[in-house]
Amino acid sequence: MKDFASLFADLDGTTKTNEKVSALKRYFGKVSKSEAAWAVYFLTGRRIKQLVKSGQLARWAVDEAQIPDWLFDDCYDMVGDLGETIALILPSTDAHAEGSLDYWIEEKVHKLRGASELTQKAIVLEAWNNSSDLERFLFNKLLTGAFRVGVSQQLIVKALAEFSGIEARIISQRLMGDWNPTPEFFEKLIDTDGGSADLSRPYPFYLAFPLTENETLLLGPAPNWFAEWKWDGIRAQLIKRNNEITIWSRGEELLTDRFPEIVEEAAGLKDGVVLDGEILPFKEGDVLPFQMLQKRIGRKNLSKKILDEIPVVFMAYDILEEDSKDLRDEPLRVRRERLDHVLSTRDKVESQQEFMQLQLFAPCMTQLSPALRVSPTMQAHSWEEMKTIRDTASAMKVEGLMLKHRESKYGTGRQKGFWWKWKVDPFTIDTVMVAAQPGHGKRAGLFTDYTFAVWQGNELVPIAKAYSGLTDEEIKRVDAFVRENTTGRYGPLRTVKPTQVFELAFDGLQASTRHKSGIALRFPRILRWRFDKPVAEIDSVDSVSKLIPQTHYPNGF
Amino acid sequence: MSKALVISTNSGLFCPQGNFYIDPWRAVDYALITHAHSDHARSGSKAYLTSKSGQHVLRARLDPGAVVESVPYGKQITINDVTVSFHPAGHVLGSSQIRIEHKGEIWVISGDYKTQPDPTCQPFESIKCQTFITESTFGLPIYRWPSAQEIEQEINTWWQKNRDEDRASVIFAYSFGKAQRIMSIVDKSIGPIFVHGAVHKLNEQYTASGVTLPEAKYVGELEKKADFKGALIVAPPAAFESAWTKRFGDYSSAYASGWMRVRGNRRRQSIDRGFALSDHADWNGLLQVINATGADEVIVTHGFSQPLIRYLKETGKKARGFKTEYKGEESELAVANEKLAEARDQDIEADSISLETGEAEIINESEK
Repeated sequence: MKDFASLFADLDGTTKTNEKVSALKRYFGKVSKSEAAWAVYFLTGRRIKQLVKSGQLARWAVDEAQIPDWLFDDCYDMVGDLGETIALILPSTDAHAEGSLDYWIEEKVHKLRGASELTQKAIVLEAWNNSSDLERFLFNKLLTGAFRVGVSQQLIVKALAEFSGIEARIISQRLMGDWNPTPEFFEKLIDTDGGSADLSRPYPFYLAFPLTENETLLLGPAPNWFAEWKWDGIRAQLIKRNNEITIWSRGEELLTDRFPEIVEEAAGLKDGVVLDGEILPFKEGDVLPFQMLQKRIGRKNLSKKILDEIPVVFMAYDILEEDSKDLRDEPLRVRRERLDHVLSTRDKVESQQEFMQLQLFAPCMTQLSPALRVSPTMQAHSWEEMKTIRDTASAMKVEGLMLKHRESKYGTGRQKGFWWKWKVDPFTIDTVMVAAQPGHGKRAGLFTDYTFAVWQGNELVPIAKAYSGLTDEEIKRVDAFVRENTTGRYGPLRTVKPTQVFELAFDGLQASTRHKSGIALRFPRILRWRFDKPVAEIDSVDSVSKLIPQTHYPNGF
Repeated sequence: MSKALVISTNSGLFCPQGNFYIDPWRAVDYALITHAHSDHARSGSKAYLTSKSGQHVLRARLDPGAVVESVPYGKQITINDVTVSFHPAGHVLGSSQIRIEHKGEIWVISGDYKTQPDPTCQPFESIKCQTFITESTFGLPIYRWPSAQEIEQEINTWWQKNRDEDRASVIFAYSFGKAQRIMSIVDKSIGPIFVHGAVHKLNEQYTASGVTLPEAKYVGELEKKADFKGALIVAPPAAFESAWTKRFGDYSSAYASGWMRVRGNRRRQSIDRGFALSDHADWNGLLQVINATGADEVIVTHGFSQPLIRYLKETGKKARGFKTEYKGEESELAVANEKLAEARDQDIEADSISLETGEAEIINESEK
C-alpha cells in the first residue's frame, strides 16, 4: 500500500490543484492497472460494503492501545474521525504496509467477508501491526467509509484525461454509474479507441449555480433566457439504449426498479435517447410534497397501495442524446425542440400544448397522469416580469425558477454562467440555541452543529438542527459561548443556556416525529446571530406553522 | 497529609512557606519563572527569579527595568526557609522545572516540558519528588510524536522538494523556541534560511545567551525584490495568510505544531503541510516523566487536564487539578483546542476553588 499511501500524502500535502493533478498522473503511470482501478474507485468516493462494524474496530483498537474506553471517546471527540482516531492511538511501529493496494483489498479486506469475529480480528490486527500510522489510517478508511482528501471528482477526471490523452468529458462519463474496479475497467477507462461511451452509463449532470436577486442584472436581456420551474424532486437521467431502459439519480444510483410507471411509459420512446429531468411525486395533476417521494423511496416493496398513493412522473427538461447521438453541444433551444419532438412522437401521444396549459394554469385540475412529461419553458420580456413568474412559485409548489440561457450547451458539473437556480426568498424565523455538538472532519473539536428551539406555551421545543451559515469568526464565538454556558452533557451533545437568538432561513415545512415541535424545517440554515432580540420574542410553533399554507403539508399534518 | 508547598490562588501558583509565586498571572512581589513564554512570564511583578540560561530571553520579554535575578541549573538556594533549585525542562531555552523542598517535603513544578531532544536547550532532567505539578497540553493518547529523526527528515524532504521545484518553503512556528529548534535541525545545505522579524528578535536573544544558530537573514532587511526560490522562511503563525507572505511568490506552506498530529486541525486552515513538532511532552512522555518522579501525588495545571487526572487515578495515583491561566502550545488552533480542554477542566475546578477561597484571599490582602 506504499504507493497509495504516498499518493495520499502528496494529495493531502498540498492545497494546489496543479500539484494534485501531477501527483495523480505520476501515480497512474507507476502502479498496475489493478491498483489504479481501486484507487480511482476510492478517490471518486465509492466505498466497499462495510465488513466490520465500527464499534468492533474501536474495541480492538482500545485493547491494542491498552487505554480505557472513556479515553478513546475523549480522543474521538477531538479527532472527529474513527479511522484516524484508531490510527493515532495504536502503538507505533516501524513497519510499512508491503504489497499493492489491490493486494490489500483482495487479500485482506475481502477475506473479512463472512469470516468469524476471531478471524476478522486477526486480519485487522495483522494489518495494523504491519503498517505505518498513515497506512493504518488508509486501511481504516477502506474499511469504514469513503475518502475525503480534498480531491474532487473533477480533479480525478482532469488527471485521468491528461494521463490518457482522452477528453475529460468522456472520462467523466466512463466514470459514471456502476462499475467494478478491475484492471479491465481501468484499461477501458483510458482507452483511446474506446469509441462511444458504455451503453448503460449516464452523462455527468450539468448543475446550476444559485442566483441572488441583484445578479439578474448581470445576465443580459431577459428574452435570452428560458425559465423553468425548479421542481423539488429527484434529479435523474432516463436512458433508453438497445431498447433497455435505465434511470440514474444524480448520486449515480440506479433507480430503474423504483419507478415502474416511468419505465413503462418510457417504453414508447424511440431508441438511443437520454433525457434529463426530475422525478416528482405527482397525483391528479398536482405535485405532492417531496416528503412523499422519500416515503416511497424508503419502501423495500412497492406495493400496489403505495403506487396508487404516491404515483410519480418524470418531468423532462433536457435531452442529451437522440438516435444515439450526443446532443450536449447543441444549444438548449435546439435541444428543447428535440425534446418536444421526441416526447410528442412517442407511442401514446399526448399534446404538449394542452399539457403545458394544464400545468401552468390549472395545477389542481384532475387528470390522468402520464408518467413522462415535459417541464414547460417560460419566457419573459424583462427581469421584472421574470420575477413576477418566480413569485408564483409557491402556488406552483416549486422552489423557484431555473434560468437557462437559450444558447447554452449541456456542461459538466456545477459551472457558473449559463444555468442558474433562482429560488424564492426563504422563510425566516427567530429561534434560540438550546444545544450544540462538535463537528467532524474539518470541524472536529469545535462546536459547530446546533439545535434550535421555539416556544410552545411556556416551553422551548427543538425545531431544527443547523450547521451552516456562520462565519469562521462567529463559529469561534459560538464555540466559546457553548463552553461557558453548558448546562448538561449527553455524550458529545451539550445543552446550553437558552439565551442566544438566531434567525434561521428555510425552504419549507414538514411534519416531524423527530422534533418535539412536530415540525421539521426543510434546508434550515443560520441567517444571522441576533443579539438585538430577547428570547421572549422568538417564534412559536404556532407562528411557524402559519408561515406556509396548510396545503403544503402532507396528509395528516 | 503534610502541608501543601504550593497552592493555587487568584494570582497564580503560590508557595506559602517561601512566600513566592511561580509563573503568576497577576503582578506579585516575588515571582519564580519557569520560562519566558508570555503565559508563564508576565510583566509587573516587583522581582523575578529564573534560570541563568533563561535570563536574557526573560529580560527581553518583560518591561524594561524589571528586576530579574538568575540562578544556574541545579544550584540550591534558600528563600524564607524553603530550598529552591531550577532544573532543565527541555521546553525552550532557559526553561526550568522548579524544585521546592521544605522540612523533607519535595515538590516539583514542571512548567512546560518535553522529553524529545532539542539542540537549542538543555535536555529534560528527571527529579524525584513527592508531589509533581505537571502540564498536560497534549494529554490524550492521540498525541504521540514521531521521533526527532523522522520529523527532521520530513521537514528536510519537504524543503528539498520545494527547492527542486523552484519554490519557497514557508514554515510557521512559534517564534520563541520552535522557530530556533527548526532552524537548528534542518539541513542547511538545502538552501538559505530567512526569518520573520519576530523570529529575528528572538534569535538575537538566543545568540546573546550563547546558543549557536545557523545563519539566517531577516526578511525585513532585504530588498523588495529578493529571491526566495529554494529558501526556507521561518515565521510566526500570526503571519499566516498575511500580506507579508505575498513577497515569497509561489511557496509551499507548513505549520509546525503538536496540533498537526490531527488532520482536521491542518485542513481547517488551508495550509499545505503540517509537522507534528512540539515543544511539549506527548501522552507517553507525560506518563513516563510522571512515573520517573516517583511522586505520590500529581497536580495538573493546563491542557487536557481531566483525561490525564482520570487516567492517573484509575492507575492508582493520587491526582487532581489546579486551575491556571497557562495556555500551553500557543496558536490560533491551540486556543480553540485549549478551550475544549478548559471546558473539560470545569469538572475539576472544585479542587482549586476550595483552596482559592481559603488561604488565597488572605494572601491577597497581605500583598496590598
